[in-house]
Amino acid sequence: MGKKGIETLVGLFVLLGMLGLVFLALKAANLTSFGGGDTYSLTAKFDNIGGLKPRAAVRSAGVTVGRVASITLDAKTYQGVVKLEIDKGVQFPKDSQARILTAGLLGDQYIGLEPGADEKNLAAGDVIVQTQSAVVLESLISQFLFNKAADAGSESGAKK
Amino acid sequence: MNFLALLGARALRVLQSFGHAAFFFVDLLRAIPVSLRRFGLVVAQIHAVGNLSLVIILSSGLAVGFVLALQMYYALVTYGATESLGLIVNLALVRELGPVVTALLFAGRAGTSLTAEIGLMKAGEQLAAMEMMAIDPKERVLAPRFVAGMVSMPILAILFSAIGILGAYVVAVLLIGVDAGNFWSIMQDKVDVWRDVGNGIVKSAVFGVICTFVALYQGHETDATPEGVAYSTTRTVVISSLAVLGMDFILTALMFSTP
Repeated sequence: MGKKGIETLVGLFVLLGMLGLVFLALKAANLTSFGGGDTYSLTAKFDNIGGLKPRAAVRSAGVTVGRVASITLDAKTYQGVVKLEIDKGVQFPKDSQARILTAGLLGDQYIGLEPGADEKNLAAGDVIVQTQSAVVLESLISQFLFNKAADAGSESGAKK
Repeated sequence: MNFLALLGARALRVLQSFGHAAFFFVDLLRAIPVSLRRFGLVVAQIHAVGNLSLVIILSSGLAVGFVLALQMYYALVTYGATESLGLIVNLALVRELGPVVTALLFAGRAGTSLTAEIGLMKAGEQLAAMEMMAIDPKERVLAPRFVAGMVSMPILAILFSAIGILGAYVVAVLLIGVDAGNFWSIMQDKVDVWRDVGNGIVKSAVFGVICTFVALYQGHETDATPEGVAYSTTRTVVISSLAVLGMDFILTALMFSTP
């Protein structure tokens, strides 16, 4: 095999590697859906973030529009401060609501953004005022039991 | 007393060999720019260590993808989570198996041939002859092979992961009947380009340096006898494999310790 032949084969080898990389990046990873696109950041404070993790999805109407960048604790109000990176192409009204939701019964937690009706939009760095914390199963169950007990108490009281 | 002296001599010898290897590494790095000027040599070596390793890498990758998909299916079907099959296979391949198995195969396939080649060159006093003619064998012989190993390993690891995922696709979607849309979309949702794919490539680049360096060093330091070359070739596989596995643990701890 001549020198040209070997060079061609090596060229093919490198090309194959590049194709493999493109396949991994586009077909098998998230470069297309949400990778290094332009984003702006918003902040939301929650009383309880539940099991929310950094890099969790931010969805509006079920469509992923961003990711959770970081989660910290506000030392003064003891609230969880969640930084969101939202796709530049999507703007939300100023009175939009952020809720921590769960995908399915056992799925990941994500942030659902529900657009409000304000005419002004949230700008980069703004804080989302209306938030709803994650539903913690234990408090849900205890609330349910408490209500049940209260109902039973009032019923027995009415019978007398 | 005798025992202490023995221990001391042993420790000194180990330290000395480390220092020797470090100097060799620095010399090798210094020889790289010169070798890049004779790019034809590098291309020929990429053909030798890269192209000719393709068959074993691709067939192993495909087999690993097949088997991983089959075994994961049995575990996941219990929980009705078979759609996550693609995600699990993808993460396992891109983060760990791709770089590590490729490096182990590379040490066996290309590392040994590098050691044997350099070792025989040394045994035949070709390296000494080059020095006599004022040609630095590091620039002419070793550095092109070093560069070729560093370039080839990430490419081979990428191809290993890619063909493994395709193999998992064949088993999961075409044979078992997992939904194709879910197979890809869950994967795309959870696998991050920089964090998972990028770190996997960084890993394989590090392994490329380790494997090629060990192979060249063992070849260059071999005893100039048939037994010496055989011994060095064996040591190449053992040392590169252990170094790759150890380094993999350190790199994984550094890269993926935070969620």
